Amino acid sequence: MAGITARGLSTVYPGGVRAVDELDLEVTDGELFALLGPSGCGKTTLLRTIAGLESASEGTVSIGSRDVTRLPPGDRRVAMVFQDYALFPHMTVAENIAYPLKVRGAARSVRDETAARTAAGLSLDGLLERRPGQLSGGQQQRAALARAVAASAEVLLLDEPLSNLDARLRLEARTFLKKLQRELALTTVFVTHDQAEALALADRIAVMDAGRIRQIGTPREVFQRPADTFVANFIGSTPMNLVPRDAEIIGVRPEYLAPAPSGLFTGTVSIVENLGVTSLVTLDCGVGYVVPEDDEPAVGTTVTVDAPPARVLRYDRETGLLVR
Amino acid sequence: MDSAGLGVRRAAAFVAPALLLIGVFLVFPALWTLYIGITNYQLTGPAAANPRVVGLDNVLNAVRDPLFTNSVWLTALFVLGSAVIGQNVLGFGLAWLLRTVRPSLRRTVEGLVLLSWILPGTVVAYLWFAVLSRDTGTLGMLLGSPQTAWLVQYPMTSLIVFNVWRGTAFSMLLYTSALAAVPPSQLETARLAGASGWQTVRDVVFPHIRGHVLTNTLLISLWTANDFTPFLLTAGGPNHQSEVLPVLIYRQALESGQLGYASAMSLLLLLGNLVIALVYLRLLRRRA
Repeated sequence: MAGITARGLSTVYPGGVRAVDELDLEVTDGELFALLGPSGCGKTTLLRTIAGLESASEGTVSIGSRDVTRLPPGDRRVAMVFQDYALFPHMTVAENIAYPLKVRGAARSVRDETAARTAAGLSLDGLLERRPGQLSGGQQQRAALARAVAASAEVLLLDEPLSNLDARLRLEARTFLKKLQRELALTTVFVTHDQAEALALADRIAVMDAGRIRQIGTPREVFQRPADTFVANFIGSTPMNLVPRDAEIIGVRPEYLAPAPSGLFTGTVSIVENLGVTSLVTLDCGVGYVVPEDDEPAVGTTVTVDAPPARVLRYDRETGLLVR
Repeated sequence: MDSAGLGVRRAAAFVAPALLLIGVFLVFPALWTLYIGITNYQLTGPAAANPRVVGLDNVLNAVRDPLFTNSVWLTALFVLGSAVIGQNVLGFGLAWLLRTVRPSLRRTVEGLVLLSWILPGTVVAYLWFAVLSRDTGTLGMLLGSPQTAWLVQYPMTSLIVFNVWRGTAFSMLLYTSALAAVPPSQLETARLAGASGWQTVRDVVFPHIRGHVLTNTLLISLWTANDFTPFLLTAGGPNHQSEVLPVLIYRQALESGQLGYASAMSLLLLLGNLVIALVYLRLLRRRA
């Protein structure tokens, strides 16, 4: 069991692309940590640098008290589950799960026993003799997780763990993953581009852009008080309203706005979008707000909306940083 | 049946020229070889004018002929040493190592290896003659032993080294593309588990490219078994020490003039090739 510390970490690809740029990060022991950002933001490179699959150009990576910056991947005691699961197609599920033990020269009986025990913990019993090709997507993911767990690593790294599953299965797998991580209490870092996934799963989230971390915080902190306009824009299922006013940009989530006699914004209703139990109403001044079902205003009516003062954020117009 | 709407007669007319060429240059010589293989046909003398059918005598004589059995062993050694082991291992090794080097270095090495493959056989044989000959040979000069006549003292070793050098490019190219099909995430999973290079090749890479290995081994085995370039280097000598089957057949047919006997031996070589091909196909099928 160990946390992960990165200090001044940079990973530069041949050709000069700084995928990770002088980054500091601390993941505490037993934490479920999300690296969140748009594609190309460097989140996967950061994960691969922690694993040792990319070598750090500057800075250090430590796991627990060990500096692993110059260690090969096999000596870091990390396990990783890839987006495509990377199960070996010619091995049975049991052989796949026990492969890290086989590499270390464990006896056949130990391997079989570990495979059976790990598989039982991930509801894979009865599938041990199957080949990966004979498993469903969800079962393949659990087999890959089982292989990572069987490696008895100190740190578990997951690259887009849910993106290869269909939408319904994804919710199920999300709950399963969180439960498993809680049971194992294993320091886990996962990469995702889906903000809803990060909010639902993680203890803490690092929002990344262009190789740097824009904000680190709990899902609540990141959702309620985005540190800058980039994070504000990225987090939330409906984009946050960001309206320039004087030297500031006013940020309010559509969910926090409601019609009021007087308030922040006034405009005529231009579009109404049905979101299920709620609807998103967009005014002609570009501001959107959410109303309960059957409460939608007619297109063309003039509406004034307001939000509780605690929910109204102000960003600096020049730097984009949160003022208060 | 007639999807092109040509009519049987016109369709046949279109195909006829190709069929004629195949018939004249492929089918007829093959059948002719089979036929003269059962006669005592010779290049000159009375048997050239009036060949007599001798049945399977040629085949039986060949099997008992010490020159033929010697040649079969030499051919087996040549195929095993230069193709199955030499070209296979070196070709895979190059493909595996070149994966991770700088593109410029990779292209240079690939280019050099390919060069030895695309040069005409006579040119290559002449170059190797210059390298391996006594007194003025480059290799003798480099090793400080100009008295060594490599092609005379070590004829089979010279041929095997030559053929590895000559043919590795094909295996290298085939394995390069085969390796590109191995998912990187599986290689990285093995790395994270701490697998050594050899463990990764054995456990992850080889199962993926098993079909490629078999196909490659089949092709290079057949090419090597039928290769005539050894004649240009050693002409089978000294004293039949490097007389692989294609060389023996050529010498029997054109130097000794025994056309019937040589044809029977070609038939045996063909049967040998068929056996090799069947074994590989059986192995390939077992994969599924």
